[in-house]
Amino acid sequence: MKYREALRAALDEEMGRDERVFCLGEGIGERGGSYKVTEGLITKYGAGRVIDTPLSEAGFVGLGVGAAIAGRRPVVEILFVDFLLLAMDQVINQAAKYHFMSGGEGTVPMVIRTQGGTGNSLAGQHSQSLEALYYHVPGLKVVMPATPADAKGLLTAAIRDEDPVIFIEHKLLYMTDGEVPDGEYVIPLGRADIKRSGSDVTLVAWSHMVLKSLRAAEILAAEGISVEVIDLRTLVPMDVDSILDSVRKTGRLVIAQEAVKRGGVASDVAAIVAERAFDALRAPIIRVAGYNTTIPFNLALEKASVPQVDDIVAGVRTAVGATASARS
Amino acid sequence: MTVTDALGLLAMYETAATIRRFEQRAIEQYRLGNIRGYLHPYLGEEAIAVGAIAALEPDDYIVSTHRGHGHAIAKGHDPRRMMAELFGKEDGYCRGRGGSMHVASRSIRNLGANGIVGGGLAIAAGAGMAIKQRGGTEVVVAFCSDGSTANGIWHEAMNLSAIWDLPVIFVLENNQYAVSTPIRDSARVDRLSDRAAAYGMPGVTVDGNDAVVVLEAMTEPLRKARAGEGPSLIECMTFRHGGHHVNDPGLYLPQDELRRWKERDPLIVLRARLTEAGVRDAAIAAVDERVEQVMDEAVDVANASPNPSVEAFLAEVSSQ
Repeated sequence: MKYREALRAALDEEMGRDERVFCLGEGIGERGGSYKVTEGLITKYGAGRVIDTPLSEAGFVGLGVGAAIAGRRPVVEILFVDFLLLAMDQVINQAAKYHFMSGGEGTVPMVIRTQGGTGNSLAGQHSQSLEALYYHVPGLKVVMPATPADAKGLLTAAIRDEDPVIFIEHKLLYMTDGEVPDGEYVIPLGRADIKRSGSDVTLVAWSHMVLKSLRAAEILAAEGISVEVIDLRTLVPMDVDSILDSVRKTGRLVIAQEAVKRGGVASDVAAIVAERAFDALRAPIIRVAGYNTTIPFNLALEKASVPQVDDIVAGVRTAVGATASARS
Repeated sequence: MTVTDALGLLAMYETAATIRRFEQRAIEQYRLGNIRGYLHPYLGEEAIAVGAIAALEPDDYIVSTHRGHGHAIAKGHDPRRMMAELFGKEDGYCRGRGGSMHVASRSIRNLGANGIVGGGLAIAAGAGMAIKQRGGTEVVVAFCSDGSTANGIWHEAMNLSAIWDLPVIFVLENNQYAVSTPIRDSARVDRLSDRAAAYGMPGVTVDGNDAVVVLEAMTEPLRKARAGEGPSLIECMTFRHGGHHVNDPGLYLPQDELRRWKERDPLIVLRARLTEAGVRDAAIAAVDERVEQVMDEAVDVANASPNPSVEAFLAEVSSQ
C-alpha cells in the first residue's frame, strides 16, 4: 500500500469509527487533495465531514481549534507546511496553550496534517522542513512518519490523542510503497522504531531522511560498518530512551536531518545525548543537516542544499574515524 | 429569553453592578500588590456583556477577549473563583496558570478569554461548526473589539462563519480606542457594522451603553442563528472609563467626550430604566448591598486560597 493510501485508510477508519472526526482543508473534497490523500472520502462521508475551505489558513486552523474545544475531532489539512505559517497564532498561541492555560480543563484534540521537504523543485516557499518551529513549542505534539505502515498507525494515534498534533508528511513519500496492517492499527506516539539494527554507530533520522539513511547503511555495510538506523517517528514526545540505549551500545551518534542545521531538532538530539550519555560516546556527535539556506529552485542546487545519501555515508565514516571530513 | 420586566431588569442590573464592583475591587487589590500582570477593566462597557448574555440560554457559548471579566461574570462565572484566578491562586478558574486574560470554563461554556486581540474569533467559528455538525440549536457569541477589526482573523472568521451559515453572533464592542489609537485613524468606514455586508451577513450599530438596547438587538440574530440561517454582526458603541489597562492613565482619551459618555454610564441607564419600571430605590440598594457582600467574599476567598504548588507544577512539566 502506498503512503498516501495508508493515510487515507487511517482517516477512513477513524471517520467510520467516530462521528466526531471530520476533515477540513483546501481542495480536499471532490479534488481529493493535492496529494490525493482524501480522495473518495467525500463520497463516503459527505461534504459536512470533508469540508473544502477557502484559502484562509488562519481562519480554518482556528476554526479547527474551536471545534476541537467544543467536542469535535478535526483533521485540518494544510497544503504545505510553509502555509501553516499563516496560522501561527492559531497554532502556537491558541491550540498549544489552551489545555495548560485553562488549568487543565479544556482540551484541543485536533490534528494538523501537512507536508514539507524538498524534491520537487518547488523553491523557497514550498520546500521547507519546519518541524523545529513546532518542536520548540510546549503543548504541541509533532509526528513525522517515514513509511506507509507508520503513516497509518501514527495518524490513527494522532486523531485519538487529546492534544494538538502537527503531523508532517513528506512530498517524496506519498508514492512510496510498503506493507500496511489491515484494520485497526495504532502506533502509540513517542515510540521510535529501529529500522535497521547495527553495532558500530547509531544513525538517528525521521521522515524522508530515514529512507536515505537506510540506503547509506547498506553502502556502509559493504564497507564493514554496522549502522543502527533509528526512526524517531514522533519528535514530540521523543523516545529518548531508545536513542540512549542505542548510543550506549554503539558509542557513536550521527543525526541526519533535512532541515537547516541551525537550531534544528538534530541539535537537540545531540545535546540530549551529550548530557545523558557523554560517558558512552567514543567519538564526537555528527549532525548531517541542510545548509542554512533558502531552498533553491534549480534541481542541482536544491539537491546540494540538503543531505543526500553520500553525505550521510560521509558523516558516518567520520564518526567511525574512517575519513577526516564530513558535511559541516 | 429574559423579558425586560422589573424582575428581568433587576437581574441585569445585578449583573452589571457585579461587574462594576468586581473591576473596582480588582483595581484596589492590584494597587495593594495582590494582583500582578495585566488587568484590563471592563468599566464603562458593562451593558454589552449584560445585554448580550441576558439574551442567551445557559448552553450557548461565548468567546471572550483580553477585557473579559464582564463576559465571564455575565455568563455565570463565580466572582470568587474569578478573583482567585486574578490573584494567581489554586482555586482560580485556571489554577493560577492563566490569569486575567485566560479565564475559561467548559461547564459555563465560556470558550475562553484571549491575550491575543482577535485570537478567539476563529475559535468561535469552530464552536459554531461543532454545533452545526451535532445538529444543535445553540449559538456562539463572539465578543470582539474595534481593534480586532483591523486584524485579518476578524475578516477570516466572519467570512467562514458566513459561507457555512454558522450560528455565530459577532458582538463588536466599539470603545473607539485600540489601546491609544482612535478607530477613526484605523478605519475608513464610519460604522464598522458596514463591513458585515462584505461577508453577506446583516450588521447593525446600536447603543452599547444601554443593556436593554443590546438585549433587543440580539433578538433577530439569535433567531437566525438558531434556525441555521447564519451569523450576524452587532456593533455596540461604548467608551472605556479609563486607560487600556490598570497602569494606563488613558490621558489620550478626550476628557469632554469621556464626560459625555459617563453621563450615560451603563449603570445610570439601567437605574433609570428600573425607576421607570416602578422599582423602588430600596430594592436597588438591596442589590447593591448583596453585590458588595459577594465582592467581600471574593477578596477573602482569593486571599485565603493557596498558591499553586510549585512542586506539583514541576512534577507535571518535568515529565514533558
